[in-house]
Amino acid sequence: MEKETKAFQRIYTKLYQLTKATVTLQAKGVGYDELAIVDGRLAQVVKIMGDMVTLQIFGGTEGIATNAEVIFAGKSPTLKVSDDLAGRFFNAYGEPMEGGEIMGEEREIGGPSVNPVRRKQPSEFIPTGIAGIDLNNALVTGQKIPFFADPDQPFNQVMAMVALRAKADKIILAGMGLTRDDYLYFKNVFDNAGALDRIVGFINTTEDPPVERLLVPDMALTAAEYFADEKNEKVLVLLTDMTLYSDALSIVSNRMDQIPSKDSMPGSLYSDLARLYEKAVQFPDGGSITIIAVTTLSGGDITHAVPDNTGYITEGQLFLRKDSDIGKVIVDPFRSLSRLKQLVIGKKTREDHPQVMNAAVRLYADAANAKTKQENGFDLTDYDERSLEFAKGYSEKLLAIDVNIETDAMLETAYDLFEKHFTPAEVGIRQEFVEKYWKKNGK
Amino acid sequence: MNTIGNVTGIIANLVVVETEGTTAQNEICFIKHGDTRLMAEVIKVVGNKSYIQVFESTRGLKVGTEVEFMGHMLEVTLGPGILSKNFDGLQNDLNKMDGVFLKRGQYTDPLDMDKEFDFKGLAKKGDKVVAGSWLGEVKENWIPHKIMVPFTFKGEYTLKSIKEDGSYKPAETIAVLTDNDGREHEVTMVQKWPVKVPIKAYKHKPRPFKILETGIRVMDTLNPIAEGGTGFIPGPFGSGKTVLQHNLSKNAEADLVVIAACGERANEVVEIFTEFPELDDPRSGRKLMERTTIIANTSNMPVAAREASVYTAMTISEYYRAMGLKVLLLADSTSRWAQALREMSNRMEELPGPDGFPMDLSAIIANFYARAGFVYLPNDETGSITFIGTVSPAGGNLKEPVTESTKKVARCFYALSQDRADSKRYPAIDPIDSYSKYLEYPEIAEYLNKTIAENWTESVFKAKDILLRGKEAYEQINILGDDGVPLNYHIRYWKSELIDFAILQQDAFDKIDASSSLERQNFMLQRTLEITDMEFDFESFEDVGPYFKRLINALKQMNYSEYDSDQFENNKKELESILKEQEKEAVTQ
Ligand SMILES: Nc1ncnc2c1ncn2[C@@H]1O[C@H](COP(=O)(O)OP(=O)(O)OP(=O)(O)O)[C@@H](O)[C@H]1O
Ligand SMILES: [Mg+2]
Repeated sequence: MEKETKAFQRIYTKLYQLTKATVTLQAKGVGYDELAIVDGRLAQVVKIMGDMVTLQIFGGTEGIATNAEVIFAGKSPTLKVSDDLAGRFFNAYGEPMEGGEIMGEEREIGGPSVNPVRRKQPSEFIPTGIAGIDLNNALVTGQKIPFFADPDQPFNQVMAMVALRAKADKIILAGMGLTRDDYLYFKNVFDNAGALDRIVGFINTTEDPPVERLLVPDMALTAAEYFADEKNEKVLVLLTDMTLYSDALSIVSNRMDQIPSKDSMPGSLYSDLARLYEKAVQFPDGGSITIIAVTTLSGGDITHAVPDNTGYITEGQLFLRKDSDIGKVIVDPFRSLSRLKQLVIGKKTREDHPQVMNAAVRLYADAANAKTKQENGFDLTDYDERSLEFAKGYSEKLLAIDVNIETDAMLETAYDLFEKHFTPAEVGIRQEFVEKYWKKNGK
Repeated sequence: MNTIGNVTGIIANLVVVETEGTTAQNEICFIKHGDTRLMAEVIKVVGNKSYIQVFESTRGLKVGTEVEFMGHMLEVTLGPGILSKNFDGLQNDLNKMDGVFLKRGQYTDPLDMDKEFDFKGLAKKGDKVVAGSWLGEVKENWIPHKIMVPFTFKGEYTLKSIKEDGSYKPAETIAVLTDNDGREHEVTMVQKWPVKVPIKAYKHKPRPFKILETGIRVMDTLNPIAEGGTGFIPGPFGSGKTVLQHNLSKNAEADLVVIAACGERANEVVEIFTEFPELDDPRSGRKLMERTTIIANTSNMPVAAREASVYTAMTISEYYRAMGLKVLLLADSTSRWAQALREMSNRMEELPGPDGFPMDLSAIIANFYARAGFVYLPNDETGSITFIGTVSPAGGNLKEPVTESTKKVARCFYALSQDRADSKRYPAIDPIDSYSKYLEYPEIAEYLNKTIAENWTESVFKAKDILLRGKEAYEQINILGDDGVPLNYHIRYWKSELIDFAILQQDAFDKIDASSSLERQNFMLQRTLEITDMEFDFESFEDVGPYFKRLINALKQMNYSEYDSDQFENNKKELESILKEQEKEAVTQ
């Protein structure tokens, strides 16, 4: 049953056990994490007990027979890296979708992490023109941050917009369970912007088997490390959708009889996701990997295991929601947060940026309270009325995702709104800033 | 002769090894994978099978690979030169590793064995000494680093000889001790200690009786932590646990700070690496990095080493405590450590406890917290470890095993609230749910009233009461409407807002506001309470908020100004003039 082909290739033809995502067989000399081909489908070793080896089949096990041919590859999954990657789209296995081959150095994917003492502190502001991001949640190179959005939000559109405005040297798109339409949308936008030669795509669409997705982010991040570390480029990685990625993780772990944790996700979900997101890094030589991801929510529930674990890993999140008062999608200032913003705001941007940002959000919170009051049928005070007016202007002129202005203009817009609705004492920012900027803006 | 075994099973970083020889629970072993040696720890033994957790990736590992058992548990190396170093969870010096990426199987020396230290003897020939007795000291940064009788030494010894004052390398013999049977033992500046065993080289551990000044108002004023005390900070993601801990590490009145970055973000550690060498220690005037040691096992580093990292940090803290120092130990986040235990326990198919965590989670957490404390050393000097851990509850729900187990043992509870974080009321410590059990200790109350102000504890309880009554008033206003409640309710609510804004909220990123001395905290509390003691008179509820907002603004401006500066005085005058308006109104009516 065992025959030697090439030096390291061994072939087996007797499966001992089959589940939806795994097969188990008797085999010798197999390494942990090693790749194999089972009946032509790619698989990876996930468990070895004595001479019993369990393989996870990325394409699923449908139709695999107990006498299927199993060939071990003698190595773990790899990607060939070179400048050749630029401008091309690949499947989950790192094979060009349009056919052909890539020349380059073969690298194991999911490689080791950067020594923390060799990292540099992120400090480069990434302006996007969207005030809900730049003013309240400024992004920084080397950051990792997801959009939290219900499936009906235009997250892929916003992400594409951010990617194009971010002035990255390379944009690496990791599509997991992407609809074909969205895949073509991304291709189109990048093409129209003349950015196609800066794009590398690793795509698993809804038409592909879900378990294949598990390879996609590691492929994308291996490519990202090549450009950021070796070419000192600013790389932006787009991971969409990480909820679908996590679903694939749960399929595999449930098939492996692991005790499921919250929301039937594996107990190791935190580590599994952190391993990917932590690839975001600022290298000392100028290269960087910034990760912008999408985590779709179900009914806005951020306590679900996927958004919850993500929130604990990423450096903030951008929460998209529809504001019914203005009929537009906004970046919610309450649930959104960029943890790295303090590295740039007030330093790379105007000095009063942090205080203006905080004051506006606080006033917006007052408006939310007033709104609750209103909904409960209570009378509103003059202050309540004013904060509601403010909130509307704030939403329309700053929070809406269709805003596209410079950061200074955002600050001026904020002062305009403050001055229109409040006194300096109500806004409560530092006296020196009031003296310097209040009544000196716009008009 | 070390025991040798062979790999027979691999599931991620759980490896099964069969061996004929003896192995021990928690024994360290090395897997000989090609040219690299992968470090692992025994976590279970059944018959001739040892289950080991590997501190590295097991990619490519094969059945049959040889494993060597080392005959000792996971140890740290203790000696001069630990301070201001950046270690991984297993105490490898991260700065000594080559390359940008961490290489599997690369282990580096925690100390600089070639560096010479200026040794000064403290003990004399003929002295009776025990484990932990100070034999001499060397200068480590600004700390007089004590060279002690190794903690492994049992019973009493006599100092036979000690080196003359001078420069020595850590591994040189600096003293010879004789035991009761006349056997001689050489002592160097370096010793090893197994991390999972508490260092008990002290006479006794009393109940803590002083507070550790942190500079954070909502802690010091409202719920102080004792020197040698324990506390924990649970909170949903983004609520400010890490910022709060970083702020503690910058401003707390400790001799040294050990930070265990346990399964959290690498960028947060980088922030410390970058900022601390530049920032001044507010007390010693030296650079913050000089008093800080970092144990980094970030979330992308091997999971099994996460558990080790907190123990490594605790053991290093205990070592410095034995030198008579005031150590602050911070761990962020203890939930990641618990999750590492859970991952392993699941792989071993153990019977799971609540939420899949191991059954003995509570005991593990309790034993760990118990290692903190204030102690009297063999020479009657004192030392302390104050420990504060963060907890990251799933879904922000505090009814989960790690929070509940920690609540049983930690004496201070600093609950971060999502609502407060959402409305940017930082630090988001919930003033009503949080507590410090130390406030109930008569010895602490006495200490506070003696060192801060005579009526201090009374004022603190008063402030807490106002906060609680303010919250109740607010709830009533929300139920009954602004004009459905007596005017007084509005005043009560706004008085609590005054305390909230002037005392509880503190801007961690403002140079001046970030830290507040006890003297200043006393001033602000008393000044605020004087206001809340006042009777106010308003025409309508609509006038209450705007008036109080002006008071709040004046108090906030004070927090932003250097204490006792001209600006501070001006803000104070501004406050007084706003208050005068009310007096006038009261008179004219
Ligand atoms: N005291 C503070 N002053 C101002 N901003 C704060 C303060 N505390 C927290 N923040 C803001 O909240 C953000 C999140 O804080 P932090 O990183 O400490 O959260 P966390 O509780 O540690 O979250 P996680 O569990 O995900 O690690 C910070 O990046 C900062 O923007
Ligand atoms: Mg944190």
